[in-house]
Amino acid sequence: MSQKLDAKIPEGNLAEKWTKYKSSVPLVNPANKRNLEVIVVGTGLAGSAAAASLAEMGYKVKVFYFQDSARRAHSIAAQGGINAAKNYQNDGDSIYRLFYDTIKGGDYRAREANVHRLAEVSGNIIDQCVAQGVPFAREYGGLLSNRSFGGTQVQRTFYAAGQTGQQLLLGAYSALQRQVGMGTIQSYKRHEMLDIVNIDGKCRGIIARDLVTGKLERHFGHAVLLCTGGYGNVFYLSTNAMGSNVTAAWKAHKKGAFFGNPCFTQIHPTCIPVSGDHQSKLTLMSESLRNDGRIWTPKKQGDTRKATEIPEEERDYFLERRYPAFGNLVPRDVASRAAKERCDAGYGVGTSKMAVYLDFAANMKRYGRVEATKQNIHNPDEATIIKLGKDVVKEKYGNLFDMYKQITDENPYEVPMRIYPAVHYTMGGLWVDYNLMTTVPGLYALGEANFSDHGANRLGASALMQGLADGYFVIPYTIGAYLSNEIRTPSMSTDHEAFVEAEKNVKSTLEKLMNIKGTKSVDYFHKRLGKIMWNECGMARSEKGLKQAIADIQSIREEFWRDVRVPGTMDEFNPELEKAGRVADFIELGELMCRDALNRNESCGGHFREEYQTEEGEANRDDENYAYVAAWEFNSVGDWTLNKEELKYENIKIASRSYK
Amino acid sequence: MSHGDMNLTLKIWRQKNKEAKGIFETYPISGISPDMSFLEMVDVLNEKLIVEGKEPVAFDHDCREGICGMCSMYINGQPHGPKQGVTTCQLHMRSFKNGDTVVIEPWRAAAFPVIKDLAVDRSSFDRIMAAGGYVSVNTGNAQDANSLPISKEDADESFTSAACIGCGACVAACKNSSAMLFVSAKVSQYALLPQGQPERKSRVLAMVNQMEEEGFGSCTNTGACEAECPKGISITNIARLNREYLSASLSSK
Repeated sequence: MSQKLDAKIPEGNLAEKWTKYKSSVPLVNPANKRNLEVIVVGTGLAGSAAAASLAEMGYKVKVFYFQDSARRAHSIAAQGGINAAKNYQNDGDSIYRLFYDTIKGGDYRAREANVHRLAEVSGNIIDQCVAQGVPFAREYGGLLSNRSFGGTQVQRTFYAAGQTGQQLLLGAYSALQRQVGMGTIQSYKRHEMLDIVNIDGKCRGIIARDLVTGKLERHFGHAVLLCTGGYGNVFYLSTNAMGSNVTAAWKAHKKGAFFGNPCFTQIHPTCIPVSGDHQSKLTLMSESLRNDGRIWTPKKQGDTRKATEIPEEERDYFLERRYPAFGNLVPRDVASRAAKERCDAGYGVGTSKMAVYLDFAANMKRYGRVEATKQNIHNPDEATIIKLGKDVVKEKYGNLFDMYKQITDENPYEVPMRIYPAVHYTMGGLWVDYNLMTTVPGLYALGEANFSDHGANRLGASALMQGLADGYFVIPYTIGAYLSNEIRTPSMSTDHEAFVEAEKNVKSTLEKLMNIKGTKSVDYFHKRLGKIMWNECGMARSEKGLKQAIADIQSIREEFWRDVRVPGTMDEFNPELEKAGRVADFIELGELMCRDALNRNESCGGHFREEYQTEEGEANRDDENYAYVAAWEFNSVGDWTLNKEELKYENIKIASRSYK
Repeated sequence: MSHGDMNLTLKIWRQKNKEAKGIFETYPISGISPDMSFLEMVDVLNEKLIVEGKEPVAFDHDCREGICGMCSMYINGQPHGPKQGVTTCQLHMRSFKNGDTVVIEPWRAAAFPVIKDLAVDRSSFDRIMAAGGYVSVNTGNAQDANSLPISKEDADESFTSAACIGCGACVAACKNSSAMLFVSAKVSQYALLPQGQPERKSRVLAMVNQMEEEGFGSCTNTGACEAECPKGISITNIARLNREYLSASLSSK
């Protein structure tokens, strides 16, 4: 293991580590908490949950977010659900199984102790959310309902129609607003963090820009929490919100925080395909649809018939064929690659031929027959069955079907959906130890912004779980380990030279962007970067492609800083300037992702190197040489040092991942 | 770069900042595809303006899948445009005809001051939430989730109210700029659940009080809010709010 990385995993049996840790971690007494200031950047599930919980405990909290309200953070868009090892369905679930599924789903590239802790607190999350008044789906008896998600064989996913993220975030946002109303949290809307400030080797605050006035502000904190989400927008087209960005994490990276496994990107199998070059974002169709949808392509290459005209025996349900044990519910990376393989081989459908079908007809009929029996309709005709089935599907997925129709102008109740994989989530992120602290003391990363729990592939419905676990149940304990040693540190003046210097640097970068006055828009560069990333660092990667991509990204960087055009001024509401700063960071990150992918001479999870696959086209992992977290240390732009955290599996037998 | 063959005339409200006086500017635009979303059409305009050295149109947007509640355009006299049940980001150009003139304005309400062009400040909604839009429960030690059974009907109805995205279309649609639909949806969500009972009275009083302080107008039951709500939040929530408010006022000290 690298000298510079200490994961600080507690001693003892896996199942007892967290309990013991909680009982022995130093505490901060209430009188001292009042004098300790914590800055939280980002108000998604991790950020809102952390800010509210820390304020409830008595810390002085400031939250920063670039949107106009804390409720807009992109957690709001999560559709399908949240996992928890409650075993309410009596189907054999347990903390160990959730832990095991997550490690296996992550293709044995996640840290055991963190994942076990995640599984342990998963049940508390559901309890907490219900207590807050989150209206989860329920059965007629009044108890909570569950559904299945990919990569598991139990039903442990809690949900609120196709709007689970919305309901969970509004719960956390309500808790946050309650503290704002009580005066324990100061809330800074339309503010973007543009740098961290380190003093004597510890993170002591941030530089933020008020996006309405353009004014730069200095804020002190005894600790800073980055809850700023993932970096999927490096690909330009993704399911992320338009504003989702890597800037906060990247600025921290450039000030000493190592970046873990940047190349681990999740490509989600079921998204609405790209329709044209005007497209600004991609829309996900929830994984929960794979419960009831069957994925297929025609058996004949280049078949131009309509889906409904292709008879059953001429359809290839390729996931069911290749992975009979898990069928349509294989993990996302496996499903995405299988869809890509079919399309590349010429079996794709739709005008672009880069899509496969997600078909609900069979299950709609099955539901219709069950419903007819329930209603005592004997020998129902086909039309009745379809009508009854349609109502059931509508209740389960109505909002998703509406969204699909809105975007494609096709009715998914009548014809199968056309879907194709798209960038959705990033497992990589800032390297953190067991306490969620980065390599900069006092600087933490929570939720999607860190690298820690999902290895090389995240299972569905686990992002919400991790964001809320980090915010509600992990950081309130682990931050004590650090802040208990900070009680003698008084609030520092932001006139300190480190703050002055950091603000000066931020200002000069903004001035530089404004003064280029080139000929190309920010989006022009972003789209070019995205295309390179998608082609060479997306679902399939190769040494040759990655080397070319690195060279191409370097030249985009050079051109960007010579020819970008940012209209307006620095001292006003200027969305183009915001975008320019974010794209500049994406360009640097894109290069690091390619370097990381090039370094990892194996295929695992979402990282598929064409050179490393089995004869059947499955990923070929190399545990001997790559069972480590790649934690990249920034030296200068385009120059990094690789540090390795070895992954030790003491409780799970590391095995090849099979869903057959 | 040509995308499609629709040509439109856009009349867009331009306003430099909160204090400045705004005016409508006219922009012809061509090559629009019916498959574009409305915001992608504005992206095309902005790209053109930037390359021509002009100021692009500032507007709020984020998720572009109809759930974050950030987009907020008033299009041809309707919040979120002509199509029912969608936000501006989910409105597609196939809802317009070649040759149409499209008028785009910001939300207009005293409690939503304009920041620039089409972007407005909706933090009054956040302050209403901070006044009482929550259940007072600290993190940790909540009882087991299934120890509190809730009838499916109540849970479903609560969810339907909780589906509000806080975009403010209801306020923009209302001739009085009333925020009653927004406030009533949140009050209803909790009033329908057992978790919401202990603070049932104080919540509705505090939220309504804050709503009035923010300068939102009164409700005169025109129903415009319900008609324009992209999430189909029902006006029956307002009836419930009125009942809750009356009952709380009569019984509070």
